[in-house]
Amino acid sequence: MVCESWKEKLDTYLDGEVPEQEMRTFDAHVRSCSSCAADALARVQMKRAIQVAGKRFTPSAEFRKRMQQRVASKSKRAFRMEWMLAAVAAVVLVAAALTSTYVGRRADGDLAARDHVFSEIADLHVETLASSSPVDVVSTDRHTVKPWFQGRIPFAFNLPELQNTEFSLLGGRMTYLDQAPGAHLIYDARKHHISVFVFQERAFSSLSNSLNSKLPANAASPTKLPFNTESWSQNGLRYFVIGDASPADIDSLAKLFKAAA
Amino acid sequence: MDVSGADLKPDSFEELAVPLFDQLYNFARWLTQNREEAEDLVQETYTKALRGFSSFQIGTNFRAWMYRILRNTFLTSRTGLKVTMTVPLDTDEDGPELAIERDTPETLLFERSNRELIEGAMDDLPVHFREILLLCEVEEMSYQEIAETLSVPIGTVMSRLSRARRSLRDRLRPPLQESVTAMNAKGTVTKGTNHGL
Repeated sequence: MVCESWKEKLDTYLDGEVPEQEMRTFDAHVRSCSSCAADALARVQMKRAIQVAGKRFTPSAEFRKRMQQRVASKSKRAFRMEWMLAAVAAVVLVAAALTSTYVGRRADGDLAARDHVFSEIADLHVETLASSSPVDVVSTDRHTVKPWFQGRIPFAFNLPELQNTEFSLLGGRMTYLDQAPGAHLIYDARKHHISVFVFQERAFSSLSNSLNSKLPANAASPTKLPFNTESWSQNGLRYFVIGDASPADIDSLAKLFKAAA
Repeated sequence: MDVSGADLKPDSFEELAVPLFDQLYNFARWLTQNREEAEDLVQETYTKALRGFSSFQIGTNFRAWMYRILRNTFLTSRTGLKVTMTVPLDTDEDGPELAIERDTPETLLFERSNRELIEGAMDDLPVHFREILLLCEVEEMSYQEIAETLSVPIGTVMSRLSRARRSLRDRLRPPLQESVTAMNAKGTVTKGTNHGL
């Protein structure tokens, strides 16, 4: 087929996403080729039809009004809160500098941020295990599970070899924490399920900033969680291991991941 | 919609987010396919966005940021989890292109201009195809913006978009053929008029 290579890129061309130079070549070809011109016209019509059909829903006047009021009042409140917090923070900073308690307060902030993250991780772990289909890719083979994440999450990571260990891989799924995509892997160890979460470390900067503290480089498990946990940062990725297995098992699985990374 | 540092005033959130309300609601409704769930989703999106606005990275795309929040909120909702659990594994590999046909879905569509058929076909699409078509065709986002919204590489955007379009065409083919056949039987459509496109 003479125009096959053109037609393959026709949608990208009509989306205006081919480089400028190629765009000009495409324009010239479409002008001189009736087959491609007809195809282009048909696809443009389809695009328009989708555009019209896609604008199908409009919010009710009542909902729009409710949301506008909500956003207006909340953003004003947030603005007021921001100033109040800034004022309070200024007072606290001055007082802290005077009484040398600043470091202590910073440490409290770090702990609060860390507890928040672990609490979210624990929720994700429990919520997933409670689901009727906890994993999206069901496989015990790391060579099946790892490629499944390609294109779903914006980073790559290594999975450890589990031969001669007490762990077996059950599968994986995509997850989100603070709007950041990540990988959630589920392992079995002596009938206990252990979750391993992998996120980009930079995804935590926004969370950390919003909480005005940074997740410690080697965060230890908060004592109030009903799970054993371990977390570390390695090669730009943040790992969390969580489950009701023994601390020794959690640590062993963490070591296998650290060795594989 | 890029936001520079100078633009990030305290009341910027309201100024930036309120104009997106209708389109976010439309997108939410397509995802949830339910009015009440769509309203809850939009409400939660605005609440989360407002809460996280201080961490919004200056100079990045605000619209993509809002859509990303809405989509991630949907994916972790009960409906979103149910939908994503039932979606077949998405390998992002392109299959062979369909042979060129004279009566393509597009040409038939041009004849019939049947909006309801398109809406029905889009309703039936898997959610990951539906959302990418909406972002591209309705929101007219660039591939880069779509990549940011979906948190996937641009190559994935291109291949997924291609498969979404093909899937929509496949779904439109039978009803449109039937529709045109029925109209032809009534003698209201002149045979061959769609060949001149």
